[in-house]
Amino acid sequence: MSIIVDKNTRLLIQGITGNEGQFHGAQMIDYGTNVVGGVTPGKGGTMSLDRPVFDSVQECVDATGANASVIYVPAAFAPDAVLEAIDAGLKVIVCITEGIPTKDMITVFWAARARGAVLIGPNCPGIITPGACKVGIMPGPIHRPGRIGVVSRSGTLTYEVVNELTTHGLGQSTCIGIGGDPIIGTTFVDALARFEADSDTDAVVLIGEIGGTDEEAAAAFVRANMRTPVVAFIAGKTAPPGKRMGHAGAIISGGTGTANDKITALTAAGIPVAERPDEISDLVRDVLSSRR
Amino acid sequence: MKIHEYQAKAIFRDYGVPVPAGTVASSVTEACEAAAGGSFPVVVKAQVHVGGRGKAGGVKLAPDPAAVKKHATAILGMNIKGSTVRRVLIEPGIDIQTEYYVGMIVDRARRYPCLMVSAAGGVEIEEVAATTPEKIARLHIDPALGLRSFQIRRAARFLAIPKQAEKALAAILGGFYRAFMEKDCSLAEINPLVLTGAGELIACDAKINFDDNAAYRHPEYAALRDDAEAEPLEVQARHAGLSYVKLDGRIGCIVNGAGLAMATMDIVKHFGGEPANFLDIGGGAKAEQVTEALRIVTADPAVNTVLFNIFGGIVRCDRVAEGILEAMRRLDLVIPIVLRLVGTNEDKARALLAGTSLIACATMSEAARTAVELSTRGAT
Repeated sequence: MSIIVDKNTRLLIQGITGNEGQFHGAQMIDYGTNVVGGVTPGKGGTMSLDRPVFDSVQECVDATGANASVIYVPAAFAPDAVLEAIDAGLKVIVCITEGIPTKDMITVFWAARARGAVLIGPNCPGIITPGACKVGIMPGPIHRPGRIGVVSRSGTLTYEVVNELTTHGLGQSTCIGIGGDPIIGTTFVDALARFEADSDTDAVVLIGEIGGTDEEAAAAFVRANMRTPVVAFIAGKTAPPGKRMGHAGAIISGGTGTANDKITALTAAGIPVAERPDEISDLVRDVLSSRR
Repeated sequence: MKIHEYQAKAIFRDYGVPVPAGTVASSVTEACEAAAGGSFPVVVKAQVHVGGRGKAGGVKLAPDPAAVKKHATAILGMNIKGSTVRRVLIEPGIDIQTEYYVGMIVDRARRYPCLMVSAAGGVEIEEVAATTPEKIARLHIDPALGLRSFQIRRAARFLAIPKQAEKALAAILGGFYRAFMEKDCSLAEINPLVLTGAGELIACDAKINFDDNAAYRHPEYAALRDDAEAEPLEVQARHAGLSYVKLDGRIGCIVNGAGLAMATMDIVKHFGGEPANFLDIGGGAKAEQVTEALRIVTADPAVNTVLFNIFGGIVRCDRVAEGILEAMRRLDLVIPIVLRLVGTNEDKARALLAGTSLIACATMSEAARTAVELSTRGAT
């Protein structure tokens, strides 16, 4: 039906009493996400968004049966927040926070890996299974339940593409924003493997950008392991080398990570790559019809 | 964030990595004074953030005081790839026997810091990596374990370091790794690490980039930042909390989100226009930030059209509209502004903007095409 989050997700919010936690917490509840509680150290025993607030993730899990966490905690405290969620045994952790130092993410990544936790992000819009569960900051109303998976390193560019899909009658099974940082919990390959195993995803849209080699790895994975068709879009064809384009991970360095490298690798793996975001829905229709 | 060679060397020295006893000078007089006390020859090295100084004539050997004066005069004020040389580093000449390369980055795919060493030192490592990758050894370091002795031995063997220099190499690699981690570097390089005729190892060049995300816990970064090296508008943008990169085109782009900002630049190019910049107004952008964004983008004299592409998620469209109206009141803009606003509070935004001179478009493609048309017309 979907990947990672669904109707059975019982979500807790780390940083529920902060500005972002309040605003997006209310939006998630409004969307229908089952938010069961929140955590803000020092505010345990109070209520926020009509949900109980706890001093620690463990207390919240024990009292509410939460099985997933979303983190809206400032960058200086976010690594500890993720580690706390891992320690409490949560297996789905979505870190929205932007600006976490790379060194901290090395520690966090390996801790999540060691405990078998699925970490999404950081510096990401989150994950949504339309009509069932929204975990993050994406605008809910642009999504429609359907059978197209979306995985992206971007935030607003993902909304652009999802809006394009929805407008053209292509609903989504699950949309994941994996984040724009150099080290992230869930990569394209991780997400693609889950979409491939999901019987309710008919095609996947992959939205990449300059920097790193994740798109190249995705291309190799699709060629070797996927029957579900994939179409792609890569942002940053006009980006100059050596300049960080907003995201910490979006930088062409040492001649690697260019948009052209990625487009070449994807094309060579038989993945159609859109020139513009508004060509994506046509490409999706093409791969769906040629599959039948 | 980049810093100068002399600053990187000071950091390495603090971590026990031997560097030449240099003095930084910002005038010819200072350069001559710096050289006067010591022995000759000395090296006069331009201090700029861009690479390729040597090829540009920014590094010279001076056999005597007269040559120091001559080279310092030539190098100070020199333009190297758009950077003006404001300082030179004066260092004693080193008796070079062998040159090695030592570098460290975070390997994104492996999620570990990666120490790279090569006996092909003194040349651009990207070139070595592209043509003879087997000449680079890569050692991934688990931060929980640190850099281990067996890894240092492996590096020494790979470099074929003389036995008597192995201890010194171990100290250098250890200090180098600690500096990388403790200072939150995104890149550190010693190129070349020199083996002298006397059998000593010394870092003749040094490069460090910091992880911008770690600036909050490194107050010392601030003093090392050289704003004169950056594009002035990029410095202003940073102070306003905006992510801006100047490019060479005529269409100023203001977008929320880095990925969408890149895609907007690409689509401008796709329709035959040239983007003047990358600009991400970020999440939760307030009206003042939008005003500042518009001011910075239009401060670039090449810009003859502005293209707003806002897909509301965290950013609320009515706030963006308020910002644009406020900016128009303050900035007295005469160039056309094309606007595409979608998402949260879109209706409120449209109501706010009704009756203004802004050109509203429904889609990204339509907005980009319109901006390219207006820009081309404006240019003729």
